Amino acid sequence: MTAVTAPVNGESRQRAPAPAARVRRRRRDRASWFVYPPLVLLAGIFLFPFYWMVKTSLLDLGSIFEPVPSLIPRNPSLQNFVTALTTFPFGRFFLNSLLVSSLTVVGTLLTASMCAFSFSRLRWRWRNRVFSVVLTGMMLPFFVVMIPQFIMWRRLGLTDGFTPLVAPAWFGGGVFNIFLLRQFFLGVPRDLDEAAILEGASYLRVFFQILLPLSKPVLIVVGLLTFLASWNDYLAPLIFITSEEKYTLMLGLNMFIGGYTAQWNYLMAATCAIVLPSLVIFLVAQKYLMEGIVMTGMKG
Amino acid sequence: MNGFGSARRREAAAGWLFAMPVILGWVIFVAGPVLVTVFLALTDYNVGGTPRFVGAENYRRFFTSADPSFFASVRATALYGLLSVPACIAVSFLLALLLNTKVRLRGLFRAALFVPVIIPLAASSVIWMWLFQPDFGVVNFVIRALGMSAPQWLASERTVIPTMVLMNVWLSGNSIVIFLAALQAVPRHLYEAVEVEGGNAWHKLVHITLPMVSPTIFFVVVTGFINALQAFVQPAIMTSDAYHAGGPNNASLLYVLFIYREAFRFSKLGSASAAAVLLFAVIAALTWFFFRFSRSFVYYEAGERT
Repeated sequence: MTAVTAPVNGESRQRAPAPAARVRRRRRDRASWFVYPPLVLLAGIFLFPFYWMVKTSLLDLGSIFEPVPSLIPRNPSLQNFVTALTTFPFGRFFLNSLLVSSLTVVGTLLTASMCAFSFSRLRWRWRNRVFSVVLTGMMLPFFVVMIPQFIMWRRLGLTDGFTPLVAPAWFGGGVFNIFLLRQFFLGVPRDLDEAAILEGASYLRVFFQILLPLSKPVLIVVGLLTFLASWNDYLAPLIFITSEEKYTLMLGLNMFIGGYTAQWNYLMAATCAIVLPSLVIFLVAQKYLMEGIVMTGMKG
Repeated sequence: MNGFGSARRREAAAGWLFAMPVILGWVIFVAGPVLVTVFLALTDYNVGGTPRFVGAENYRRFFTSADPSFFASVRATALYGLLSVPACIAVSFLLALLLNTKVRLRGLFRAALFVPVIIPLAASSVIWMWLFQPDFGVVNFVIRALGMSAPQWLASERTVIPTMVLMNVWLSGNSIVIFLAALQAVPRHLYEAVEVEGGNAWHKLVHITLPMVSPTIFFVVVTGFINALQAFVQPAIMTSDAYHAGGPNNASLLYVLFIYREAFRFSKLGSASAAAVLLFAVIAALTWFFFRFSRSFVYYEAGERT
């Protein structure tokens, strides 16, 4: 291989690359014929819905019902966005979603890593038994506990507020996150915290000042996945929230659908606005998200 | 000796304290509610009233088709899962194979295929409603332009589930990323061994790639079914309105939508709990199956193939 790539004068390259290399190069060219056209086609198909959403959001109602839709919008305008985002208290929904998701992320990061710390670094009797009992919550579908939770929050008078959406995150933040964090903590060398304990540092200090700073990558992954799950959640707000001023974005979107039946230009404008924050997060944090998916997929 | 003992006690106390959130959380949000669900399943209960014990009546109603929508939801869910899981696995595995070649701009392709997953499902459901709108949607425009008869997609009993399955294929970025990671973890020297023996790409796929990634395929299949059993947002957004849930003739009344409808539209919390118990049993069985049989179905590098 080096013999082929090294020579710089054109003659030797033109005349005769080593036979093995020639075969390899030809095979690679042939392979790319199988690879690029389907990849480009499928990537195009996967992205097309986004294009169509943006395109529709720029049209007036008349052009939507044209018999032959055009690929490029004629007289595009942003008027739909103004209409869609002002007829409904969109900003309000956005802030509600932001509040719920932020509180969920903070609670999850704090309590899940506390528990993971206990299950990975501290030695106590029954630790492993408690952990395996708690793990039973991992595969438990929300639908199985949904009705009793609803009854509980109703009895407490806390439905139609953010507490039911946020509270579970402050009680361990999902066993799955504890599991992930624990796996990571088990890989962090113990020397540092043992030395600190011997010198009289409290466990709280070891946790906050030694372990957490060393665990930034996994905390970012858990935080991102938690944020997206909470931001995108539709069922829990649907069950617990009833009054409009407490709607999250997803409930707002649901209201749009009801209010704007067949007015696809407004609907697509609203959808654009709802999709945008997620897209921004994706572009900024793609690397961590992919890592997170692999982590949750491979080790889970 | 005494100091050592107290240090251990201190550590144990800290252990319990740090684990306390999830211990409480497990009692409040997992164990307690599960017991309550199992109990409520045996009662007739709406939010305002008090639970009235009815024994196995809720279950009996399901299985004697006193309520035909239960069987409708089981049928819809089975169809949904049996179509969706294989379709998603096939497409995402193929795409992962393509991405695992020496392709340029791999990161860009992977990102393009992954983006749909990031978008809120409620929002992408709205986008798909518009794409597949029978009269003015772009999909039917293309189909008519090709001279074929355009289906009604979400509006028809026969095509509503396949339409959602198509959307799920579009949403299979997760498995693409997982498969790609698994493919990249296959040691290169195994492929070189096949080359030395004179094997071609097909031999590599069948004798190296598939056995090596079989644990991942198995994992994706099982989690795929578990997720399919819990699909809610799609049918709730795309085929429900204020008065109906579950689309034309209950054809898209997926199981969990059935639970939701029993509980929060019809206020039949007992019946909804019974349905939830059945779902729980099925998911527990699948999970058990996964942990019990994963070792005997698939190849794990450290162990033996049995």
